[in-house]
Amino acid sequence: MPDTRWQPSCDRAALAARSAFYRTIREFFYARDVLEVDTPLLGNAPVSDPNIEPMQTREGRWLHTSPEYAMKRLLCAGSGDIWQLCKVFRAGEAGRRHNPEFSMLEWYRVSWSLDRLMDEVRDLVRALFQTRWAELPEVRMSYASALKQFAGIDVHKASDDDIAAVGISVAGQDLQLGRDGWLDIIMSHRVEPALSEETLVFIYDFPASQAALAKVSCDADGNPVAERFELFFNGTELANGYHELTDAEEQRRRFEKEADGRPLDEQLLSAIEQGLPECSGVAMGVDRLLMHLLQAEHISDVLSFDWPRA
Amino acid sequence: MANYSTNEFKSGLKVMLDNEPCSIVENEYVKPGKGQAFNRVKLRNLRNGRVLEKTFKSGDSLEGADVMEVDMEYLYTDGEFWHFMATDGSFEQHGASQEAVGDTVKWLKEQDVYTVILFNGAVLTVAPPNFVELEVVETDPGVKGDTANGGSKPATLSTGAVVKVPLFINIGEVLKIDTRSGEYVGRA
Repeated sequence: MPDTRWQPSCDRAALAARSAFYRTIREFFYARDVLEVDTPLLGNAPVSDPNIEPMQTREGRWLHTSPEYAMKRLLCAGSGDIWQLCKVFRAGEAGRRHNPEFSMLEWYRVSWSLDRLMDEVRDLVRALFQTRWAELPEVRMSYASALKQFAGIDVHKASDDDIAAVGISVAGQDLQLGRDGWLDIIMSHRVEPALSEETLVFIYDFPASQAALAKVSCDADGNPVAERFELFFNGTELANGYHELTDAEEQRRRFEKEADGRPLDEQLLSAIEQGLPECSGVAMGVDRLLMHLLQAEHISDVLSFDWPRA
Repeated sequence: MANYSTNEFKSGLKVMLDNEPCSIVENEYVKPGKGQAFNRVKLRNLRNGRVLEKTFKSGDSLEGADVMEVDMEYLYTDGEFWHFMATDGSFEQHGASQEAVGDTVKWLKEQDVYTVILFNGAVLTVAPPNFVELEVVETDPGVKGDTANGGSKPATLSTGAVVKVPLFINIGEVLKIDTRSGEYVGRA
């Protein structure tokens, strides 16, 4: 048997689809006068999110897990609206829909509301999916209403024990998780699979405890919520958008709370102290989008060389 | 036995779950955009065949199960155990309990080869081949000339199994039976 590991993991049609995708993305943003930028992959500080495992080089540099920090520094420096399409790296994330190195599209809109950004995300995804879905309906629902409808949970009233009880029954065992961990289980096991098919589903107003780098405000009923949205399509998560936190002190508090020994990105914190303009930003998994367009079973089917072959 | 982490879970891997030997059927990595990673795993309990779904935190591990699948020839029963011998030339013999033999008992014919699952060196289950050939020991007399579809009657085979057969079948004939459905396929 000749060694065939040199061969690509996807076929030529997938290469062509990716190329067409990139062209559509570039044309979309050029037409809207958003600046394409290129930030370093290897930075001095790692991501602060404890659930994301960054890779480090022998020189002590960190491969970025998203271009967020550097792009925010550009925003602080007065770049205006910016977008970037780049490779990002996350250790250990491998599976049917995950490759440790993957392509991310991220963009920021100065002074935009989250609603307006959702409109733009919808328009871009429709443009990318045009060849398979001529018309894609759209649904927007709050996190609380999605949990109510598909898991019977009132997320603002339910106690930690109530949520853990549902989580344990869904997971089939007690994983000793916190409230947010169980909510993630319920979200991924119960809610995501129940969302309308062939529909762009935006979930917004996440629990305040899952704010990450988003602003926290009160919803119409006075419950504290994170100004975030996620886009789901046919059971997978495609994009994650924030009304960005601009308060430097709060930012430092959140970083310190979750850093767990990792160095903080002081350059980002200094930039935000200088002033991050009011903005909304979103990150999108390009490989996942391609998987849907090509109805691919495995992420390898849309990558030139997947992780084992790279 | 070694421990296996969720990222080593592959279809066919044998692991211990709640003291029961299981085989991994499917393993899906789930990672919310903001949140910790999980693995949704489907496992088949090797003792009773039931498939269950469990979610693990990524990086959690399970102990491997000492499970082996061996082709063995059925020898005889002493009333309490059913005895099998490995076909690999080792002449290794194992006795299977009634619980381990289960429904396969009705397809057991001496010298036929069965798939035996050994757990910690003891027989856990015995699976028959997809088709077995067994002799009819009891049935109503054959109806001559009736080879058309439609009619059927029960026939008892040498192992005690009762299957539906066409009306023209007689005692002493050897029949091919599909063990998955328990249905008559044809004359052997």
